[in-house]
Parts: sequence; C-alpha cells; structure tokens
Amino acid sequence: MTAVTAGTAGTTGAPGESDAAVAAEQAAYEAVFDAAVAADERIEPRDWMPEAYRASLVRQIAQHAHSEIIGMQPEANWITRAPSLRRKAILMAKVQDEAGHGLYLYSAAETLGTSRDELLDKLHSGRQKYSSIFNYPTLTWADMGAIGWLVDGAAITNQVPLCRCSYGPYARAMVRVCKEESFHQRQGYEALLALSRGTEAQHAMAQDAVDRWWWPSLMMFGPPDDESTHTAQAMAWKIKRHSNDELRQRFVDIAVPQAEALGLTLPDPDLRWNEERGHHDFGAIDWAEFWDVLKGNGPCNEQRLSRRRQAHEDGAWVREAAAAHAEKHRVDKHHAEQHQHTGKHGEAQA
Amino acid sequence: MSTTPAPSGAAVITGAALALGDDALVLSHRLGEWAGSAPVLEEEVALANIALDLLGQARVLLSLVGDEDELAYLREERSFRNAQLVEQPNGDFAHTIARQLYFSTYQRLLYGQLASGDGPFAGLAAKAVKEVAYHQDHAEHWTLRLGDGTDESHRRMQRACDALWRYTGELFQPVEGIDVDHTAMESAWLASVTDVLGRATLTVPEGPRTGAWAAGAGRQGLHTESFGRMLAEMQHLHRSHPGATW
Repeated sequence: MTAVTAGTAGTTGAPGESDAAVAAEQAAYEAVFDAAVAADERIEPRDWMPEAYRASLVRQIAQHAHSEIIGMQPEANWITRAPSLRRKAILMAKVQDEAGHGLYLYSAAETLGTSRDELLDKLHSGRQKYSSIFNYPTLTWADMGAIGWLVDGAAITNQVPLCRCSYGPYARAMVRVCKEESFHQRQGYEALLALSRGTEAQHAMAQDAVDRWWWPSLMMFGPPDDESTHTAQAMAWKIKRHSNDELRQRFVDIAVPQAEALGLTLPDPDLRWNEERGHHDFGAIDWAEFWDVLKGNGPCNEQRLSRRRQAHEDGAWVREAAAAHAEKHRVDKHHAEQHQHTGKHGEAQA
Repeated sequence: MSTTPAPSGAAVITGAALALGDDALVLSHRLGEWAGSAPVLEEEVALANIALDLLGQARVLLSLVGDEDELAYLREERSFRNAQLVEQPNGDFAHTIARQLYFSTYQRLLYGQLASGDGPFAGLAAKAVKEVAYHQDHAEHWTLRLGDGTDESHRRMQRACDALWRYTGELFQPVEGIDVDHTAMESAWLASVTDVLGRATLTVPEGPRTGAWAAGAGRQGLHTESFGRMLAEMQHLHRSHPGATW
C-alpha cells in the first residue's frame, strides 16, 4: 500500500474530500494492477498492489521460507551418519542449499514490507506454518533418497509454475531455487537407485522409505480443490497457475514410471493407468491424517518447532554480540571521521 | 589403513596424508553437527561451506593412502592420526569459533608453506590454501565480534580460547613427511593469534600449550574421550552393512 499512502499524503486536503479522492485513486491503482496481471506483467515491490495480494504473498513466501529452514532438520539428522564420504558431501551441500533458499525467500518476503525477524517470530510462535511433510521422521538412510526423489520432486512440481508467478521477486527466487532443487532430486533418485540395486537389506531399506514417504508427498500439494480456501484467488492473481489436484496428478504421472525404473513399488493398490483419462488413477488420500499433521499432531511437529526455537534462543547471545560489535564499530568509525583520527580500531579499544 | 613398519617413501607420505586428512575429516564432521542449529541462517551456510571444503580436502588426502571410505569408516579410534584439537566437541558457538581460529590459522600457514614447495602435497595445498584463507577470515571476524561484542560474548569467547589452548601445541609437533619448518610456523601462528585476540580485546591464555597427553598424542592415535563416541555415530551405518556400496 505504500504507493497509495504516499500519493494520498501528498494530495489530501480536507478530510471529507479525501475519502472520495482516496476511493477514486484506489480504483485507478486497482485497474492498473489488474491490467498488469492480465497482461502477464510482473508486479514489483514499489508497484501498488491490493492489500490482500500482499498479505497472501507474505503468507505463501514466508511459509515457503520456513519450510526450507525446518526442512533442514530431517536431513541434518543423517549428516553425521552418512554411509560414505561422497554421500556425506552431497547431503551437506544440500542442507547448505536449503539454508540459502531460506535466505532468498526471506529476502523476497521482505520486499513486501515485512522482516525476517518478524517472520521467524511468527514461525516460532506457531502463527505461520511450514510444509506438513517435515513433520515426518527420517528413520533410515534410505529416507535421504526418498526425500530427494519424492519430496523434492513434489516441491519442484509445485514450484516450477511459480517461476511465472505474477510477483517478480518471488518468481526470480523460484528460478534459482528450482535449479538447485532439480539437482537435489536427481541426487536423491540416484541414491535410492544405488540402494535398490544394492544388497537385499539395502533394497528393503529403500522400499520401506518409499512406503513411508509416498502418501505424505502427495499431501504436499495441499487439500483437494474443493477444500482449498486460497486457490481461486491465488489463481486469479496469477500467484498460482494450477490447482492442487492438477499438480498432484502431474506428480503421480511422473513418479509412476520412475518407481518402475527404480525397481520399487508404490504403496497404493488402487494405482493404475487410466487409458480414457490419459492419467494414473490413484487411491484416496488420508485427509484426516493431513489435517491432523497440519494442526500440530504429526509425529515430529513438537520436535521440529522446539529444535528451531532452541537454536534461535541459544544463538541470541551471538546475534546480540554481532549487533553490539557493529554498533561499536560504527561509533568508532563515526568518531574517527569527525576527529580525522586514522588510528587502528584495535588501539581505540585497548 | 595398514601401519607400515619400514619408513619407506610411501609410508612417510601415508603417515603425513593421514595426519592432514584425518584433521580435515574430523573437523568437517564436527562442523556438520551444527547443521540446523546455527545462531543465524548465514552461519548455517558458512559452517556447512567450511565443513564441505574440509571434507573435500580429507577425501583427496585419504585417497592418496587408500580407499577413502575404508579409511574413514573402518579404522578404530587408535588408528586415527588427527590432532586432538579438531575432535573437541563443538560446545557453544564461541568454542566452535575458537577451535576454528586456532586450526584455520595453522592450516593457512601449513598449506601456504606446502604450496610453495614441490613436495607431494603442493598441488592439494595450492587449492586448499584459498579455502582456508576464507576459513581463517571467517573465524577472525567472529572472534572480533564475540570478543569485542557484549560482556557475555566476551566472557564466553575468553573461556573458549582458554579451554582449547592446551590443544594447540600439538599442531606444531613435527610429522614425518610434512616438510615444513614447524618452529617458524609456530612463531607465526602465535603472532597471528596474539594479534587477533588482542584486537578482540581478549587475553592470550597463559596455560601450557601442551601437556603429558596433549603433546602430539592425537598424531599417535591417542585421543580424548568424546572422540570414540563421535566415531561410533559416524561409522555405525557403514559398519552395519559390510561390503555394501552406497
């Protein structure tokens, strides 16, 4: 709303007049915005946008950023136990990328007038959510492969259309994120393939992981279309390009032949090719479980949030130190400039 | 993996590569334990980045000796040749930074010397010295922020520097096959660390830098108690599936 607020402040006269003036101006801005969205132009941070569009984007980008940060935990759980140095390096690099994605996304959210601190506070207090998938535990090494293949695969299916999202900073962040995510997905698939073709115990480990991650991955696309509260508006604003069910179907159609190539089965007796539809039919998702996890009753909700809060609280003294140091340094520099003092910073402190 | 009795040229390189490789492998593992728990997001990236650089160095060095995974996952505690400093638990962020400051300063001097020579590690050192310059820069900046930050951070940083001081002498015990002037390197290390600590308003610790058990002990396979537990976690999965490939 900054553009309108600024414009109004400059032109307002008497209070009575301003109401009508604001309304007219608002309508004009809205028309410009609607036309830009209709023409597939990108909305940029300084452009006027409807308050609800801004709020919706903050919610979505923040949730996305939080998911990257919380999503580090299930994988970090296996860094210290990775079974080969090559796999360990790949996993470390992946977790590092996730922190980086979190950074891009918090920056994108900040262009909408919020701050990373504010968003983290909302995450820690449970007022903003993260993807339900990260409330499932990583019980074996094969989970690293299953997460890469299925969870990152679902994320990519969701995120590739976001590269064309109407909000410029988000769309640009997604281009970078998707490149790295595709890489992670291939690595996950390859790790799973190594297990599937390995010893009997390794193959069993891979199958067990796929059995546990398949349904939660399908839930990543969100509730069915008729229960999705945000979809219609998000599609009208071109934040979203496809419905939850469309994307879920696309993911299933991609995953089925990949599972075959892996030599693993998917845990759904109703999964079969439907010639008429040209798609795979699949079984019913346990939506009770989905809503339960979303409400905080998944296997790891408590653990994930506690760990995140703990890291934040344990790090408070470090952040305070950095701020205090920067402040001293700033004062020193200011002092030095005023007095033409060119001595070393260290000497001033000694 | 084998302990060769005769100090042939190959054995000398093996011993030296294990010392350097184990240092990098073990410190990388410790830094990997930070994932998801760093005080700010930027440090998640930085610590993982340093851990990855070190893991890369370890893989090159261990591969000079034999199969990297066999060496990492199937040796027992008494066969590891890393200095005791790098196996020290992470502790709080100040402990991790003090460990990084001491070790990266040493590594930068070491690889600087190795890179300028024509020994078997010159090529590796030339690449690694660029990485460790970044590691040292990172550690130095955090030492300044924590030492010269708040009262609490100053107190924590001083405590960390004091606690790890006794493990620093070992870094300069001569290792056969690492062809550098250890005495000169130690003087340069002391000068550099003294300068950073001074600028961070910290006191250079007064205690001994070596003791009966911290004078080259790690290089002989004598480690501290937490190290066995670290290896148990690191090696468990690999050991549970003998002969498997991953």
